[in-house]
Amino acid sequence: MSIYLPIAELSVNLYVLFGMGAAVGFLSGMFGVGGGFLITPLLIFYNIPPAVAVATGANQVVASSVSGVLSHLKRGGVDFKLGIVLLIGGIFGAAIGVYIFSLLREIGQLDLIVSLLYVAFLGVVGSLMMVESVRAMRKAKGGAPATLRKPGQHNWVHGLPFKMRFKASRLYISVIPVLVLGLLIGLLASVMGVGGGFIMVPALIYLLKVPTNVVIGTSLFQIIFVAAFTTIMQAWANQTVDMVLALVLMVGAVIGAQYGAQAGQRLRGEQLRALLAGLVLLVALRLAYSLFVVPDDLFSLSQVAI
Amino acid sequence: MLVRMLLALACQLLATSFAAAEVAPQERIEIGLSTESIPITANFSGEVLTIFGAIENIDPLVQRQGRYDVFVILEGPRTQLTTRRKGRVLGIWMNVEDRAFNSVPTSYLVASTRLPRDITNAETLGRLGLTAGAIRLSMSDGEAEPGADQFVNATKNLKKRSRLYATFPASVRFVSQTLFRAQLALPANVPLGGHRVKAFLFNSGQLVAQTNANLRIEKAGLEFEVFRLAQDRPLIYGFASVLLALAVGWLGRIFFRKD
Repeated sequence: MSIYLPIAELSVNLYVLFGMGAAVGFLSGMFGVGGGFLITPLLIFYNIPPAVAVATGANQVVASSVSGVLSHLKRGGVDFKLGIVLLIGGIFGAAIGVYIFSLLREIGQLDLIVSLLYVAFLGVVGSLMMVESVRAMRKAKGGAPATLRKPGQHNWVHGLPFKMRFKASRLYISVIPVLVLGLLIGLLASVMGVGGGFIMVPALIYLLKVPTNVVIGTSLFQIIFVAAFTTIMQAWANQTVDMVLALVLMVGAVIGAQYGAQAGQRLRGEQLRALLAGLVLLVALRLAYSLFVVPDDLFSLSQVAI
Repeated sequence: MLVRMLLALACQLLATSFAAAEVAPQERIEIGLSTESIPITANFSGEVLTIFGAIENIDPLVQRQGRYDVFVILEGPRTQLTTRRKGRVLGIWMNVEDRAFNSVPTSYLVASTRLPRDITNAETLGRLGLTAGAIRLSMSDGEAEPGADQFVNATKNLKKRSRLYATFPASVRFVSQTLFRAQLALPANVPLGGHRVKAFLFNSGQLVAQTNANLRIEKAGLEFEVFRLAQDRPLIYGFASVLLALAVGWLGRIFFRKD
């Protein structure tokens, strides 16, 4: 059964699209990630224009983050104060990002930049995760317990001014790195159509030393708002949010996430991370390949109504 | 098949042509559309549009010898168009050069009684834009620069490949001495908006009459309401998208709650 996407302006197979949403939802439930960084490249592979894929990806992230944050709220795993400071940075970042997005689209380099950013980020994050999980697996075999956080350790971040107390995270740190982090995530969210959890979570743990029990909830909390803001800005400035496409993906993703979460409980943490790293690297390679292969047609058209 | 005809007009035309027969006045061409707009639904996969027309003050001798020829053109709304060329930079294929065109028809479908080059000379075909390949595209700038031609040709080729620019020779037929019928294949991606129907009458290779009419192609159905909302009320559309996402996320949580 085919379905017409009014903004992408093409007909696609409803089941393929739903399956795509469900598969990404399954993975995001299994690994506890938003899935935005998988859905946008998948849509691009499926011939959805990159501009629409990115903006619609942001919309889909809203749905999956809401689903996730509700369970963390119940366990008190959200530091609202930290989330709001991150959010202030995030809104500025998203606004700048949407502006850059429009500019790139105008000069015809958007598709290229989106692909390059994905190759770079997925390549780096995938490699780091792979190295880390392989090392953890070796350690686990050797019998030594794998530790992530060493409490009491300070780094350069803690020497910055404008300190603020975040009670839920038991932190007393400068607002500067928090705002900058939020800004960077906002930029990524709008230009790449991702939630940014895959950058936010490690940054909160390693850079700001936020306790792991509030990291994911807080990250999801601020992602909802940044993704919602990005969706509205993209719809307003670029008219590239496809509601029909987003709806099919969201429903698939929400359902898939439930089964993914169950499957995730049966696998070990290090193995899960190695699997996810492999997947991330595969997507990066596939995107890199399409940058180097000779295109079918060297010429392309883009028209603006007058 | 979409049939847009005007038999009533044809009868009236016949009557007037009899009344004015002895002074042998100039021929006239008329086209009739039974509707000013065509609604197209989301699962539209292309259709044949039939346009009827009539010739007034026909010379029966010329008609018997088959020296009358007709062109019917459906021209889509005009837009600004940028054509980009990819090149290899550090091994990566990226857009390296572009040209902007002013006021380019989004679609251009031409039906004629015979092959255009058999009807009249190349100069006339070019001047009146009587084939899809003969349309003049005007560049915003850089027209004199070398390599401008390849952008014009690439633009037309891309339009032809998506079947937005097409020529249909021998698809205008006379159904009686004065009535003709033109058939144009609307592609699945036919652009929305105000189209222009133009008709030209040639007698022995000379243009003797021309006319035009307006036709709107509008898409109907829920999908296109969504499209219109996104274009006309982008801010409301954005908020609606977010609300939809919030609702789906929250409902998903409720349906699958286990804790």
